[in-house]
Amino acid sequence: MHVSDLDLRIWRGNTNAGELVSYRVPVREGMVVLDAVLWVQANLATDLAVRWNCKAAKCGSCSAEVNGFPRLMCKSPIAEYGSTLTVTPMKTFPLIKDLVTDVSWNYDVNKQIPPFTPSEKDLASSEPWRMQQRDVDRVIEFRKCIECFLCQDVCHVLREHANTPFYGPRFMIRIASLEMHPKDTLDRRPMLRGKAGVGYCNITKCCTEVCPEHIKITDNAIIPLKERMDDAYFDPVQWALRRLGGTTKNGPKK
Amino acid sequence: MSAPGYEAVETDVLVIGAGGAGLRAAIAAAESGRRVLVVCKSLLGKAHTVMAEGGIAAALHNVAYQDTWEVHFADTMKGGKMINDWRMAEIHARESPERVIELERWGAVFDRTWQGRIHQRPFGAHTYPRLAHIGDRTGLELLRTLQDRAVHTDGVDVHMEITVFKLLKAGGRLAGALAYRRADGSLILYRCGALIVASGGAGKMYRVTSNSWESTGDGTALAYDAGAQLRDMEMVQFHPTGMVWPAGVRGILVTEGVRGEGGVLRNKDGERFMERYDPERMELSSRDVVARAINSEVGAGRGTPHGGVFLDITHRTPDYIKRKLPSMHEQFLQLAKVDITKEAMEVAPTIHYIMGGIKVDPETGESTVPGLYAAGEAAAGLHGANRLGGNSLSDLLVFGKRAGEAAAASLGKSASVAAKLDPEEISAAIASVMAPLERPAGENPFVLQAEIQETMSKHAPIVRDGPTLEAGLDQIMELHARAENCGTGGSRSTAFNPGWHTAIDVRSMLVNAEALLRSALVRRESRGAHARSDFPKTDDQLADVNFIVEKSPDGMVVKPWRREALPEFLLEAVEHSYTRYTPEERE
Repeated sequence: MHVSDLDLRIWRGNTNAGELVSYRVPVREGMVVLDAVLWVQANLATDLAVRWNCKAAKCGSCSAEVNGFPRLMCKSPIAEYGSTLTVTPMKTFPLIKDLVTDVSWNYDVNKQIPPFTPSEKDLASSEPWRMQQRDVDRVIEFRKCIECFLCQDVCHVLREHANTPFYGPRFMIRIASLEMHPKDTLDRRPMLRGKAGVGYCNITKCCTEVCPEHIKITDNAIIPLKERMDDAYFDPVQWALRRLGGTTKNGPKK
Repeated sequence: MSAPGYEAVETDVLVIGAGGAGLRAAIAAAESGRRVLVVCKSLLGKAHTVMAEGGIAAALHNVAYQDTWEVHFADTMKGGKMINDWRMAEIHARESPERVIELERWGAVFDRTWQGRIHQRPFGAHTYPRLAHIGDRTGLELLRTLQDRAVHTDGVDVHMEITVFKLLKAGGRLAGALAYRRADGSLILYRCGALIVASGGAGKMYRVTSNSWESTGDGTALAYDAGAQLRDMEMVQFHPTGMVWPAGVRGILVTEGVRGEGGVLRNKDGERFMERYDPERMELSSRDVVARAINSEVGAGRGTPHGGVFLDITHRTPDYIKRKLPSMHEQFLQLAKVDITKEAMEVAPTIHYIMGGIKVDPETGESTVPGLYAAGEAAAGLHGANRLGGNSLSDLLVFGKRAGEAAAASLGKSASVAAKLDPEEISAAIASVMAPLERPAGENPFVLQAEIQETMSKHAPIVRDGPTLEAGLDQIMELHARAENCGTGGSRSTAFNPGWHTAIDVRSMLVNAEALLRSALVRRESRGAHARSDFPKTDDQLADVNFIVEKSPDGMVVKPWRREALPEFLLEAVEHSYTRYTPEERE
């Protein structure tokens, strides 16, 4: 059912040059921004580069900036906008072409985070593990992440200070999901303090605002991680207790 | 334009596809000490596995103590209307629990029972609650866990956004593949000792589908082209519940978990119509039955205004729905402005899965071409004529692992991948893949794709008949001819050019479509997902027959193949009458 026309402005170009190009798109009821972009691709510009997969907000491929706001295109109903809207690629990542950016940096970061490490005893056990629902509930929120990288895109530390050693909100979520896993035993606090750079986050909560999975990135992951690191490195009481007790139990591993 | 050059890359085992099966295979092959390279069409972690929502089927018997692998085996065989590869079904039922527990040890998180064990939910045609799950995003959990495991396994490397367009043999054995990088169109020649196809399904050949752009059946088409046999290609699964409204979201999956958690189906008169189709199992009947029931209701004029039926879960508390079905709640709220805790959903069948695919050896996953393996949706046999919900995720793990290990072992002690490839075959394949770029005025690939989808939706729907299938086949053959003259829609650039990419994908879709129609024509009966209005009965004579698709000098041929009979002890497992599960109410 054809309702009206949309003036869709899509950023077209490559690393050398580019501009916003205007397309007229017939709007059907219930159409999302991705439908409009794919309609342009099939009918007006077959070389329009865009990433997408599930079209159901489950894979996190179709990230872009809709009217400057980082969103999943498949989850952005046209009806929320007027008769004009602008789609541009994610700004934080190097451009490849049109709406496609090079997000490979994120994959490199993920590789640097030590994976899930259960205890020797748990690994050797022939019995299936027992865990309580309330314990796994803590990490379930973080494991909802679909790696759309919108939080990375909006994070001003990554967006405006490219050389800062900060892994970004996505990987704070990743580290939190490992650190708070009931069966994980590894201590990632030295990494948080070091190259993961949790201290660089100054809690503007923009990442939480753009997360399509509504993960409370700052409140539930970054702030608890900051506290863990602070306890280990910067809390004078903890430091004194460790000195007196001669234990490093709650301290960072050397 | 002079023939473009290519980069040569060498690996022991090449895996096409980075979904659950591909990653599980890669981990297994690398753990056997081989260098493994995974290539995928999208970014890592975006594979269609994330769309698996309800759970992973394994007889862990955490909820129903009566559950055993024999019951799981019997459910799988009965669901597949007995044309499954029984040995695959046996292996699958026996090994699934191990694979699920292994996944948990790799960091996957599942919902728990009150005793702290992995929780299991009821699902269509499973006798007992059997699906290990985490809310309604189990596929994402499985994929993320395998992804993390794979990138931290020595010997595994991943090449993202690569399309493979040709498999190469040397002396009858699979020895390489040609591919292009989607970002810039540069070419790669992969030399390998063994190759595993784990490229998923072909649902994109239908218009209303839960599948993404990627599911164009590349793996089946490439294997067919390399001489491998396909089987059961007539068997495609319509998932009973896809979204129908608004039009823009038509086809998006609504998890069977909704029915597993107690959701009921009603027609526009408010009647719980499954009573007339399967009074015993009701909404939790097998998918082929529920999909046909919805189709009949809509056909008889008892559907909703948008051509679906109602799926209602509002009798559960809002808290329960949000905890057990969080992404469904979000999906309907966001895309359809429907709050499923208060209103019923509108649903109709959507193409979801292809049971057919590459014919494989049940133990190893090897196809009829030596060195060519397949696992997951690209392989065939386990599901027969209809797949049970939850059996695909366990399929990925069980047969992904087996294919990976077997592919690694097939290389023997020597790691030589120095097989001599035919340079003429290579240059011909490259010329063919570059050809659409030379035809700026050629057919628009998106138009061809849309016509394939129209044809298949019209000519191979839930209920088929001979003349309609014939006519569909004629149209697909015509589209085959037109595809010869396919362009890119205008641009000659190789830089991230979806027009060009689609021109290549269309070729795979056509092979799958042709195989489906030809197989559907020769199966003159109704069985599982394959329903013929001109042959409405199940023919006992065809109970032990599968249809094999093969490439011949004269084109595609379909021939019947008689399976080995089920051994006595497995037959007994199928025929045994299992006690029904009656849950204790505890809320």
